Amino acid sequence: MTDIGKPLAIALQGCAKTFADGTRALEPLDLAIHAGETIVFLGPSGCGKTTTLRIIAGLEEPDAGGKVLFDGVDVTHLPIEQRNVGMVFQSYALFPNMTVAGNIGYGLKIRKTPDGQIRARVAEMLAMMQITKLADRRIDQLSGGQRQRVALARAIAVRPRALLLDEPLTALDAKLRDTLRLEIDSLLRSLGITAIYVTHDQAEAMALGDRIVVMEHGRVAQIGKPREIYQRPATRFVAEFIGTMNRLTGTTQNGVFSCRAGDLAWNEAPGHATEILFRPEDIRIAESDEASGLHGKVAAAFFLGDRTRLFVEVGEARPLVVESTARREFNHGDAVRLSIDPRGLLVL
Amino acid sequence: MKHRGLFLLQLGFTLLVSAFLIVPVILSILAGLTVNYFVGLESGLTLRWVIEVWTGYRETIFLSIGLSLACLAVTLVLGVPTAYVLAKRQTALTRAIEELLVMPVAVPGLATALALIVTYGSVSGFRTSWAFILVGHVLFTLPFMVRSVLAVLSAIDLQTLEEGAASLGAGFWSRFRDIVLPNCRAGILAGSLMVVTLSMGEFNMTWLLHTPFTKTLPVGLADAYASLRLEIGSAYTLVFFLMIMPLLLGLQAFAKPRPVKFVAEETE
Repeated sequence: MTDIGKPLAIALQGCAKTFADGTRALEPLDLAIHAGETIVFLGPSGCGKTTTLRIIAGLEEPDAGGKVLFDGVDVTHLPIEQRNVGMVFQSYALFPNMTVAGNIGYGLKIRKTPDGQIRARVAEMLAMMQITKLADRRIDQLSGGQRQRVALARAIAVRPRALLLDEPLTALDAKLRDTLRLEIDSLLRSLGITAIYVTHDQAEAMALGDRIVVMEHGRVAQIGKPREIYQRPATRFVAEFIGTMNRLTGTTQNGVFSCRAGDLAWNEAPGHATEILFRPEDIRIAESDEASGLHGKVAAAFFLGDRTRLFVEVGEARPLVVESTARREFNHGDAVRLSIDPRGLLVL
Repeated sequence: MKHRGLFLLQLGFTLLVSAFLIVPVILSILAGLTVNYFVGLESGLTLRWVIEVWTGYRETIFLSIGLSLACLAVTLVLGVPTAYVLAKRQTALTRAIEELLVMPVAVPGLATALALIVTYGSVSGFRTSWAFILVGHVLFTLPFMVRSVLAVLSAIDLQTLEEGAASLGAGFWSRFRDIVLPNCRAGILAGSLMVVTLSMGEFNMTWLLHTPFTKTLPVGLADAYASLRLEIGSAYTLVFFLMIMPLLLGLQAFAKPRPVKFVAEETE
């Protein structure tokens, strides 16, 4: 579709960041980003994800001792303008004094590309983002989604070695976000470019990331494929930040976990487990004549069409969240029996 | 009916205030064109006074125009980068500088002029040149340039725009030329308008700083009012108007903001 050079491998070595006022934004971080992969930094605000991105971009320098390597070459002290990375900002940072075409061609103009080549490349970018008819518009005449497309086109036009995206969809409404997420996904795949994507939205992270780096308080909580992060979270924080997680407290003896709501047969249960975690979709509502399972009472039920989301009171601090595809109706106060798929049980 | 009465009352009041402000201007213009103001219009209209002013005070007019343009050049060169630094670095020091810059506006012009004379008055070549007045004018007008550029720069997300340009490969000078300057154009033009008009009309500081060979238009005007016929003073005002109005209207037209049209979100 569009020629990008050989994708870039990026490595961070001991990159920490302390701001002038003494706040530690990032604890020393080692990270290897493979050539051509899409990696997502995910975490709540203030977790250090944007700081990490800015260090990779060259907008911040890491504290002394930290190193940023591009294909093995130390670029730690190289400013962003010499790193040849494309960047998309949360606020887009489009230049109000230029047209759409002017914005997209700016990076090429700076590189002293001949006018004819700039025009051709800008036309190619406009076509790729399906905004050809906006070429002569000013930025203040564009909608949010259009601005985002211009920002992407502008970043890609210069054939960057890597594409860095800082919460690019946060400023858009939910429906547009879904559309653009799909577009960005297919764009990144077709370009084969190394991409680093920062977001606080776990759905975005799961959809786009080849790997996700979950961050908390300036530290990496877990790095892994979306499926690993979801199914095998490494810490309590990751487990509860990604998706919905249920929790039961109790004791384990001879492969049986006992809690207030009843006993749970679990052959592989570690002897020390006093708390187990599991996802809503791993709970099954048992037929009423089954003897085994946990006892609970429906506290609330929301029919969502394809499934019913239930909140089931089991004598714990928080009710269990259960997703049921059963065709039956649930009402407040109904007694239910629950069984849990042992493959979904976690101890953290 | 009640609304109509209120409307007429408001209209009347507005006209009254306008008249209060405009009548002196008209009378002053008429005075400059009347043969004898004390006799009145029946003495006839003449261009004699205007011509007399032109022959006697031409130099002051050209000096004032030259001075205000030089003042504009200096405030642009000093003021725009100053505003840029103040916008980029919000520290206690830059805030103090921002406040100090306004001092020459708050301190009476006479005091500033006296301080300049006491300090540099003995540097003879400097004291007698128009550059001496220029220094005073720059001190007085610089905060107006800095403030209006700063106001525009603070309203845009300068930091992110510059980061955007840098990510596309633009170094400092390219960013300043392509992004910073065009985006504070409105502030620069508004500031320029202020600087030129203030410098053109500045009197009390200039009155102390001037020498017989460096008389500006307002100083000449004061001379004319004090020592010559009222008609000549008024004709002077008229000439002043004719000289400065095209300049101001030109700047104003240049500074006109572009209309902004919004486009609805496209449905996907």
